[in-house]
Amino acid sequence: MQRELPRLITLVTGMFMAIQYFIPHKHSEQFYQTSLDWLIIVGIFSIVLGIASLVNLHVNKIQRRDAGTKYSYILLAGLLYMILSAILTGTDQQSFFMKGYIAVLNPITSTMFALLAFYIASAAFRAFRARSLIATILLVSAVVVMLGRVPAGEDLIPGIAKVSDWLLNVPNMAAKRAISIGLGLGGSATALKVVLGIEAPHLR
Amino acid sequence: MAGTRGFQLERHLVFLLIFLAVLVPLFLPAPKTVRVTPEVKSVYDRIEGLQAGEIVMLPCEYDPSMAAEMSPMTMAVLRQCFRKDLRVLVTCLVSNGVSLVESELRQMAEEWGRKYGEDYVYLGYKPYPGIVIMAMGEDFRVPFPTDYYNTPLDEIPMMKGVKNYQNVALVLTINSTSGIDYWIIYGTGRYKFPLACASTAVMAPNYYNYLQSGQLFGLIGGLRGAAEYEQLVGHPGKAVKGMLVQSVSHILIVALILLGNVIFIVERRRRRS
Repeated sequence: MQRELPRLITLVTGMFMAIQYFIPHKHSEQFYQTSLDWLIIVGIFSIVLGIASLVNLHVNKIQRRDAGTKYSYILLAGLLYMILSAILTGTDQQSFFMKGYIAVLNPITSTMFALLAFYIASAAFRAFRARSLIATILLVSAVVVMLGRVPAGEDLIPGIAKVSDWLLNVPNMAAKRAISIGLGLGGSATALKVVLGIEAPHLR
Repeated sequence: MAGTRGFQLERHLVFLLIFLAVLVPLFLPAPKTVRVTPEVKSVYDRIEGLQAGEIVMLPCEYDPSMAAEMSPMTMAVLRQCFRKDLRVLVTCLVSNGVSLVESELRQMAEEWGRKYGEDYVYLGYKPYPGIVIMAMGEDFRVPFPTDYYNTPLDEIPMMKGVKNYQNVALVLTINSTSGIDYWIIYGTGRYKFPLACASTAVMAPNYYNYLQSGQLFGLIGGLRGAAEYEQLVGHPGKAVKGMLVQSVSHILIVALILLGNVIFIVERRRRRS
């Protein structure tokens, strides 16, 4: 019963959700609406679970005195600061929550992303090699698109923008479409397996 | 390979070159024109064709890490909307971007003298974008009973008679996340509203097939797309300025790739001989 009941709920809910999509009736829409409300409620519980799990992980790291314990302290302090500052001072522009957001989170995330430019350049220099025909095609395509997407590239090599557009609109699109169709079919098959109880990853 | 003599060029030198390639062009004049692509022009023309008072929905889903690419798009689109007296409905389904988007919206509204609640509304954030997008298809009040400032939607003048996507002229999601897929699948796929997207340059190639199939009516890709939009709006800003930085950086990376390959080929020949 412990396994059968969840499978039955999955089957009934899955079938209803699939069928209601094709039934433009008020009862069907009501059912859909109620399902969305349930999804939101269940989702909120997962946020609580996520925070609890994160705190638990880092508290354990501190207790065990693992390497990098200081980062766990910083993470917990940051988490506590953002939660408490939002509760105590609100979230308007003058609040401590917003000060934390603007003065800490904003520059940290921007800096992390900006560092990518350096690593991409370094990786491109060290690893982007014409080792085979396929690798050479990839390399040439990358160079054409990189130059074709900036104004200076068009000035340096007239017509490169059109080649870049063609690469994006024809070979890129064909590959992406094939991947999307494959993903869609694979996703549908997996969903069908879960609904019919052939696979039950949620019960493991 | 890194250990061979040909690869003695330290990565610190590459870092320094990139730093200079980003820094120096900031002090040089911006390019005068940027070639406008049809996918960007399509978004501009569609908004330009709307009547004053119509509602444009802008789900702005990005955080500060992506602001350099995404914010110029938001600013340029808001500038066009406010210039045309369109009303704007904004959401942010990314938790780290809520305050960023709010400040950008407020800044642009102040610049154009627009009044909150009449000319624009900010709904803010709710978790689980897929669910929120579907719920908004039924009624905006389901996921957002109140706006970002906790005012009930029914008390906001602009939201009177605005129930769901059927009451907005178009949706343009300015998005640096996989949320674009949600807007295509759960949004326009189910509720059939005109949808366009603005994404980072890295993500843009993923969405050309949706453009060709007509599921998206336009696509603004990366800083380049933002620069094109700024030019169309007639207010060149950070994105147009950034084109010179991007041009120099791209040329440098291409040069590094070519140099790396020349060294690779020379080394290979030497080993064979």
